[in-house]
Amino acid sequence: MKHVKTLNTRKLQKTVKKGGVGNQSCNK
Amino acid sequence: MVHQYKNNGYNIVLDVNSGAVHIVDDVMYDVIPMFEENTKEEIIQSLESKYNKADVEEAWEEVKELADDEQLFTKDEYEGYIEQFKTRPTVVKALCLHIAHDCNLACRYCFAEEGEYHGRRELMSFEVGKAALDFLIANSGNRRNLEVDFFGGEPLMNFDVVKQLVAYGREQEKIHNKNFRFTLTTNGVLLNDDIMEFANKEMGNVVLSIDGRKEVHDYMRPFRKGAGSYELIVPKFQKFADSRNQERYYVRGTFTHNNLDFSEDVLHLADLGFKQISVEPVVAQPTESYALKEEDLPQLFEEYDKLAVEMIKRHKEGKDFNFFHFMIDLEGGPCVAKRLSGCGSGTEYLAVTPWGDFYPCHQFVGNEKFLMGNVYDGIKNTELQSEFKCCNVYAKEKCRNCFARFYCSGGCAANSYNFHGSITDAYDIGCELEKKRIECAIMIKAALADEA
Repeated sequence: MKHVKTLNTRKLQKTVKKGGVGNQSCNK
Repeated sequence: MVHQYKNNGYNIVLDVNSGAVHIVDDVMYDVIPMFEENTKEEIIQSLESKYNKADVEEAWEEVKELADDEQLFTKDEYEGYIEQFKTRPTVVKALCLHIAHDCNLACRYCFAEEGEYHGRRELMSFEVGKAALDFLIANSGNRRNLEVDFFGGEPLMNFDVVKQLVAYGREQEKIHNKNFRFTLTTNGVLLNDDIMEFANKEMGNVVLSIDGRKEVHDYMRPFRKGAGSYELIVPKFQKFADSRNQERYYVRGTFTHNNLDFSEDVLHLADLGFKQISVEPVVAQPTESYALKEEDLPQLFEEYDKLAVEMIKRHKEGKDFNFFHFMIDLEGGPCVAKRLSGCGSGTEYLAVTPWGDFYPCHQFVGNEKFLMGNVYDGIKNTELQSEFKCCNVYAKEKCRNCFARFYCSGGCAANSYNFHGSITDAYDIGCELEKKRIECAIMIKAALADEA
């Protein structure tokens, strides 16, 4: 993409099924 | 929800509900806030006097692509999920042992009031500490890793009991298939080579209290008779940090209204050779002369900006250090459930007084309203425990629509209670500072990615 650079690829919404503070690491 | 801001020359866009972070050019920065409420044609018409039409069109297409891929304008569909999550059975994961309600310093800002926590001076006995560890083992379910903080007051005023409890923990962990991670906080006054050697063998982390520049530190952290403690502790802390290979420790300071230029204190600690640094805002009622005030915020924001830029510069020079409040994991980090359910105080984490009473965390100790039980009888106030279990970001009006909610988890329950009388409110100055720190932390990530 020309106008944007995305820094990360992880999506929080993906952790709803697998899951279940800002620098804490996770079983990820 | 999207949060966008400019910092240090970067146009930064945070897609709050997915956690995606985008660095964008000016045209895309202007397209994004119009995207949801306007048609493509309306946006082009609105921006064509400022940008080339083809660029606006191209930026719009890229925004749409990100939105379709759930990396922009991602919906918040977590509230129902958290409702389920908070009904889950919890185990106790960590205890904060108040090994000494006594202190050899008289720090002006100490919430524990010279270590006494609004009560009496007392040292924890081995028997009480042993009962606390037994409680933790018995109430931790199948969890193997358990944390125990030795806290105070000044823990080194009761160091023999610290050693006895570590030995007891090591003995019990073999029997019960547990793994204790012990940590220690100290003001450094009683620190010596033997204690360092013991801590390097047994403590997963140590927290060393120092505020920064000598005049700042000595004013806020004097001995009871008024002399400063800086000269005594600095060489010991430097030796201690080096003996731990500059890992598994923090030098931890507090800034107040008296040193609003706190970035100088952070850099002073870095210049002393410390690599793991946390300098944090004091939390105090506005009646205190050293309390932070709303009118201090613009200067504090500037200080965080200044610090972030300096950290990038030092990184390029190979002189990195970590600043606790700028550490952020954009790629990993915990799941949504953890991010929205908070710190664990009152449920997964408990503080234990020298005589064995339980409180939700060290900040509540001494407030009888928050007495939860004791090491012999367990948790008696289950109603209070339930209240803490339900304390998540959706229970807090101020947090529901805040861009920072996935990074701060709703903030500190004790601060909320101390300022608003409820654990489901939020301490406003703390919120503003937290939001600024997150913005700076993300900007640093952008700068480092740029460099790579």
